Amino acid sequence: MFGNLSRQDWVMFLGFSAVVLLAPILFQPIGAAYPAILEKFCIFGLFAIGFNILFGLTGYLSFGHAAFLGVGSYATVWSFKLFTMNVIPAIAMSIIFAGIFALVIGFISLRRSGIYFSILTLAFAQMSYNMAYSVLTPLTNGETGLQLTLKDPRIVDAMFITPGTGLPRSTLFGLEISGGGLGGFYFTAAALIIGFYISLRIFRSPFGLMLKAIKSNQNRMRYTGFNTRPYLMAAFVISGIYAGLAGSLMAAVDPLAGPERMQWTASGEVVLMTILGGVGTLIGPVIGAAIIKYFENIFSGFNETALNSVFSFLPHTLRDPLVKLLSLFVGEGWSLTLGLVFMAIVIFLPGGIMEGVRLIASLFKKGGNGNKPAVSGHAQPAE
Amino acid sequence: MDAIILQILNGLDKGGAYALIALGLTLVFGTLGVVNFAHGALFMLGAFCAVTFNKLLTLEKVTVDPTQLTPWGTPAEIKTSLVEAWLGEFGKVLVNYSVPVSIIVAIPVMLIIGIVMERGLIRHFYKRPHADQILVTFGLAIVLQEIIKHFYGANPIPQAAPTAFSGTAQVGMLLGLGDAIPYPWWRLIYLFFSLAIIGIVFAFLQFTTYGMVVRAGMRDRETVGLLGIDIERRFTVVFGIASVVAGLAGVMYTPVLPPDYHMGMDFLVLSFVVVVVGGMGSLGGAVAAGFLLGILQSFASMNEIKSIIPGIDQIIIYLVAVVILLTMPRGLMGRKGVMED
Repeated sequence: MFGNLSRQDWVMFLGFSAVVLLAPILFQPIGAAYPAILEKFCIFGLFAIGFNILFGLTGYLSFGHAAFLGVGSYATVWSFKLFTMNVIPAIAMSIIFAGIFALVIGFISLRRSGIYFSILTLAFAQMSYNMAYSVLTPLTNGETGLQLTLKDPRIVDAMFITPGTGLPRSTLFGLEISGGGLGGFYFTAAALIIGFYISLRIFRSPFGLMLKAIKSNQNRMRYTGFNTRPYLMAAFVISGIYAGLAGSLMAAVDPLAGPERMQWTASGEVVLMTILGGVGTLIGPVIGAAIIKYFENIFSGFNETALNSVFSFLPHTLRDPLVKLLSLFVGEGWSLTLGLVFMAIVIFLPGGIMEGVRLIASLFKKGGNGNKPAVSGHAQPAE
Repeated sequence: MDAIILQILNGLDKGGAYALIALGLTLVFGTLGVVNFAHGALFMLGAFCAVTFNKLLTLEKVTVDPTQLTPWGTPAEIKTSLVEAWLGEFGKVLVNYSVPVSIIVAIPVMLIIGIVMERGLIRHFYKRPHADQILVTFGLAIVLQEIIKHFYGANPIPQAAPTAFSGTAQVGMLLGLGDAIPYPWWRLIYLFFSLAIIGIVFAFLQFTTYGMVVRAGMRDRETVGLLGIDIERRFTVVFGIASVVAGLAGVMYTPVLPPDYHMGMDFLVLSFVVVVVGGMGSLGGAVAAGFLLGILQSFASMNEIKSIIPGIDQIIIYLVAVVILLTMPRGLMGRKGVMED
C-alpha cells in the first residue's frame, strides 16, 4: 500500500506534519501563533492543495472553485442547525454535497478545455453566487448569511444534551472546535495533514501520472486509446471535495456562511495562492496560502496613523508623500497589493516560490562545484 | 403584444452593452489570441472617464457672501460652477450633456490605455500558455479596479442623462401601434449608439485596406508577416480599438447603471458567456449572441415568467450557455479551427 512513496516523500510528509503541528510554537516570532490565523492557514492551505490537484496536475484552470467552498459552508451550517453541533456529520454532509455539486459542474464544464473551461467554471460560480444571493434565500439567508439561532431544532443534540443558554459551539465529541481555542486549530491541522497525505499519494500514483500526461499532451493520450474524461472528472470532483471540506472547516470554526464566499474574488484568491506557492508542487500551495493569509492579516491592519508612527523618524516633507503612497497598498488597499503581487509572480516567476527556492538552491550548488552546470534549476516552460 | 415589444426593447439596450464588450473580446482574441480578463475593467474605466469628466465640469468655486444670510444666520456660501462662470450658457449645456460629450475625452484616453496595456504587458504573453494570459490579465483587472476604488470610493456614482433625453419615448406611437409603449429615451439612444459602433467596427474591418490586413492576420498571422507587413503594429491598433469600444460602451452606459468599481467584472463574466455562446473568434456571433442573451434575460425577468420558475432571471444566461455548449460546441457561429479542443 505504501509502495509508491519514496523515503524522500516520507521525510517530506513527516517534516510537513511536524511543522503544522508545532505551528503554535514555531510561528511565535512572526506574531502569527494565535488559533484564528493558524486555522486560516490550514483551511486555505487545504483549499489550495485541492485546487492544485486539478490545476497543477491537469492544467485545467478552474475559476469557480469558490462555489464548492460555499456549498461546503452552507451544508455544514445546516447540519449544525438541523442535527447536531458535532463536526463529523457536518463534514460528511459538506463532502457529499460538494462532491455532487462538483460532479454536475464538472460533467458540463469538462466537455471543453482551455479558456472555455475557465469561463464555464467562472459562469457556474457566478450563477451559484447570484442564486445564493436571491432565489435560494430560504436556504442561504441571502445577504445576511446563514447563522445559528436559538430556535434551531438540532434534533440529535436535543435527544442527548439539555441545551444551555446562548448559542452552542461546534464540538468534536466534547472537544470544542469553534470559539477560538487551540482545539479548533488542531482539528483543522489534522484535516490539513490528512489532505496533504492524500494529495501526496495522488501525486505519486499512476492516476496522478495520468493527470500529468493529460496536462502535457491530452491529444497524445487520446490517440493511445485512453479516455481522458473520467480521469479529469475524478480530479475535478476530488478537488471540489477538498474545497467543500475547506468550506466546511471554515464554518466549523466560525459557524456562519455567506454568499460572498462563492464570489469570483474568492475563486481568484485560491488561484493566486497556488500560483504564488508554485503550481504543481506539493508544498507550494500551502506556503502560498499561509503567506497570503499572513500578509493579509498584517497589511489590512495598517492604516495611515500606523504608517505615520512607523516612519516617524523621517522629516515631515518626506514622510507625508511616502505615507500617502503606501496607504494605497495597506488597509482597504490590500487587494491592490495582492493584484500587483499576482501579476509580478505570473510575469517573472511563473513557477512560484518553490521555483524561486530551486533557482537559489541551484545557484549555491553552482558555487560549490563550478564545473557542473545547474541544468535542473532552469525554468522549464509549462507547456 | 405591447409587453413583448417592451421586453425586447428592454433587452436590446443591455444586449447592446454585452455585444460591445463581447465584440472587443472577440476582436482581441481573434487577432492576438489572448483572452483578456481585463476587458471588463476597460468597460469600467470608460464609465469612469464619464464620471471624471462630469466631476471636472462641475468643479465649483465657493465664495462667502456676507450680505446674504442662511436660515441659520451664517453667511451664505455661493457656489458657482467654474465652467458656467467661464462659458456662460454654453457651460450649462456642456454640464447637461456631460455624458455624451465625454465620449470625445474617452476615445483618446481609452486608446492610450489600450495601447499601453498591449505594448507593456500583453505583448509579452503571446507565446505563453492561455492559463498565464488569463492569470495576468485577471491580476491587471484587480489592480485597475482597486485603483478606481481608491480614488472614487466603493459606492456607485449616478450620472444623469441630458435632460432632453431623460424622459420616456412613446415607442408605440413611433411604430404606429397606437398603444403607448413607454421606454426611456436614453436606453433607446444607447441601443442606436451600440448599433452604430458595431457598424463602424465592421465597416472598418470589411471596407478598409487596414481592416483587410487585420482580417488576413486573424486568419494566418505568419503569412501576413512574411508579406512584409508589420502585423504586430496593426494588432496593437486593434487592441486599442477594442479598448475604445469597451470604453465607449461604458461611457454611454453610465446613465443606465450608476458606475462602481466592480461593474467591469460583473459584465465581463456575462460577456464571456456571450462570446462562448456566439462562438469564439466570430465577430458576428458575438454581436448576435449579445443581443439575443440581453433579450432572453429581459424576458426572464418578467413577473409572469418569474412566477413559474423563480429566479430564472438570475441564471437564464448561464443556462443558455450550458445548453448551447452541450448541443453545438462551437457556439452559434463559431469558425472551424478556433479553439477546437
